[in-house]
Amino acid sequence: MTGWIDALIQGVLLGGLYALFAAGLSLMFGVMRLVNLAHGDLIVLAAFAILVVAGKLGLDPFVAVLLALPVLFVIGFALQYVLLNRTLGRDLLAPLLVTFGLSIIIQNGLLQLFSADSQRLRSGAIETASIPLGGGIAVGVVPLLTLLSAIAVIVLLNFIFYRTPIGRAFRATSDDLEVAQLMGVDIRRIFAVAMGIAFVVIAIAALYLGLRANFDPTIGPARLLYAFEAVIIGGLGSFWGTLAGGIVLGLAQTIGARIDPEWQILAGHLAFLVVLVIRPRGLFPRAQD
Amino acid sequence: MGEAATGPTHTFSIRTTGRASHAALAAAAIILLTLALLPMFAGRTLIQDLIFLFYMLALAQCWNLLAGYAGLISVGQQAFVGLGGYLLFALTLIGGLNPLLAIPIAGAISALFALPTALIVFRLRGAYFAIGTWVVAEVYRLAFAQVKPLGGGTGTSLTPAVTSSVPGLDWVKTMLDVRTPAARDIISYWVALALVVGTLVAVYLILRSRRGLALGAIRDHETAAASLGVDIYRIKLVVYIATAAMTGMIGALIYLQKARISPDAAFSVLDWTAYVIFIVVIGGIGTMEGPVIGAIIFYLMQRYLADFGAWYLILLGTLGILIMLFAPRGLWGLILNWRDVTIFPIRRRLGRVKEANVTLD
Repeated sequence: MTGWIDALIQGVLLGGLYALFAAGLSLMFGVMRLVNLAHGDLIVLAAFAILVVAGKLGLDPFVAVLLALPVLFVIGFALQYVLLNRTLGRDLLAPLLVTFGLSIIIQNGLLQLFSADSQRLRSGAIETASIPLGGGIAVGVVPLLTLLSAIAVIVLLNFIFYRTPIGRAFRATSDDLEVAQLMGVDIRRIFAVAMGIAFVVIAIAALYLGLRANFDPTIGPARLLYAFEAVIIGGLGSFWGTLAGGIVLGLAQTIGARIDPEWQILAGHLAFLVVLVIRPRGLFPRAQD
Repeated sequence: MGEAATGPTHTFSIRTTGRASHAALAAAAIILLTLALLPMFAGRTLIQDLIFLFYMLALAQCWNLLAGYAGLISVGQQAFVGLGGYLLFALTLIGGLNPLLAIPIAGAISALFALPTALIVFRLRGAYFAIGTWVVAEVYRLAFAQVKPLGGGTGTSLTPAVTSSVPGLDWVKTMLDVRTPAARDIISYWVALALVVGTLVAVYLILRSRRGLALGAIRDHETAAASLGVDIYRIKLVVYIATAAMTGMIGALIYLQKARISPDAAFSVLDWTAYVIFIVVIGGIGTMEGPVIGAIIFYLMQRYLADFGAWYLILLGTLGILIMLFAPRGLWGLILNWRDVTIFPIRRRLGRVKEANVTLD
């Protein structure tokens, strides 16, 4: 029984990580209807960026990520402004294939720079620290911080979306691109800002990815699939839905792993397909698209 | 209305062929004959290279039909390549079936798997469909990694008993005076040639049919096509299942030739989807000629640049992005801008008799 309760708690905490993966994807879809096939690889890229900053300057990853955040915001802004804006407004194929190409470039670029060796972000005692809950169950500090960060990111994204001028522009372009442009919204800049914010979320996701487990240049596509599944399970267009989707996915994986360790990933995918069959628009849908 | 009735009447005709397509038909017959007789004088390396070229071209034609015409952009076609390969292994190793017979059966079973798969992934639209198909391919990969009789996660090999039971092996050995491995390659080569020609003919016939006209309409404007009475869902379903069957057969052939299978290789998104997409995009999506050009270019790049490893893949990704941004109709599109030629006559042009043709592409 204790084992099952433990699996449930760990599943919810793992869901926090998936929600962080998914929040960036959800933001890109929400504002510019962009489905980014390079999302997982961008998370891995950001993890390597934190690794380099932490290593070169001898900093703790939690401090290194603060230095990496503005840099990644600028990279995201530039990526959208220079490259991805060119693909929007045409058919579906252009953004999909450009981001797919990007995914292959990032993966192989990282392989070339860092080899296929597994890496890990090191942060001393906090990595292994845990809080005992009694009854033989303990909660790791890093997984708990992951979930709390996911909640903080979602509160912040909701604040930006519903309480700030730039958020109003985000919602306007999301609702009706043409009318927003008629009202004087510079969509090229708005999209670039949205991508910059998405990159900040990606950097936070990358921090916990690197702290919780090993990573190497090839693990990006699997993270993309988890992020995507969390977004769809939660329902398009709702950040809280994305958190719920991440938790459902995390629970499915830990329960699957509890039955047989080889079933962890498969159980997550199957849970996603079941939700797709029963509730094709997700658990908490908002967007009409 | 009355005015229209009294106005001049015109005679319209619909043409599909062009001068180049008549020449192409004659050339195709010669090329096909040459290719069929090639094992009599070609070396083993060339035969193996051509097998690779043929199955990549066949996969590219399938993906092009799916994405270029039916608007179903899948990044999960490796599901059916791997499924076909694993079915071949199951049918021959466990079922004791003749390998050449196993290929069409693998195709038929792939189609059976495609139906429930489609019913689930068709709930996702557009770009979400793409990632959904990828998830399904992962489910297939992880599921086959659990099948212990087929080697589980590490995979398995075809036994010599299976590989030497390919019909016609002795005949080829005595006729062409080659050893067993070379004879096996030659038979795989003929099967690959038959499959690529079969795929080209199948795609061509589909596009020339009534259904093909509907597909062209969907490609050009889905909403308009629906408003004219095209049953979009049904047509997409048919195309998805048909391409799954073809892709499954190609997968079966690929793994008969390789004689060794593992879940990671058989369901590789890079080998069976990324390369295929590259071929179609660089050649020209939504045309039959494009994938042919793309496959030849990809073959040459693979042959001469693949040793550069990661740099080669970075180059492929960059080229794909540049083509998508600056020449979205691919190399064949660039050729069309320069000269209006047709090799596969699948476009219907409306012409008023004795007047300049209006292209209805």
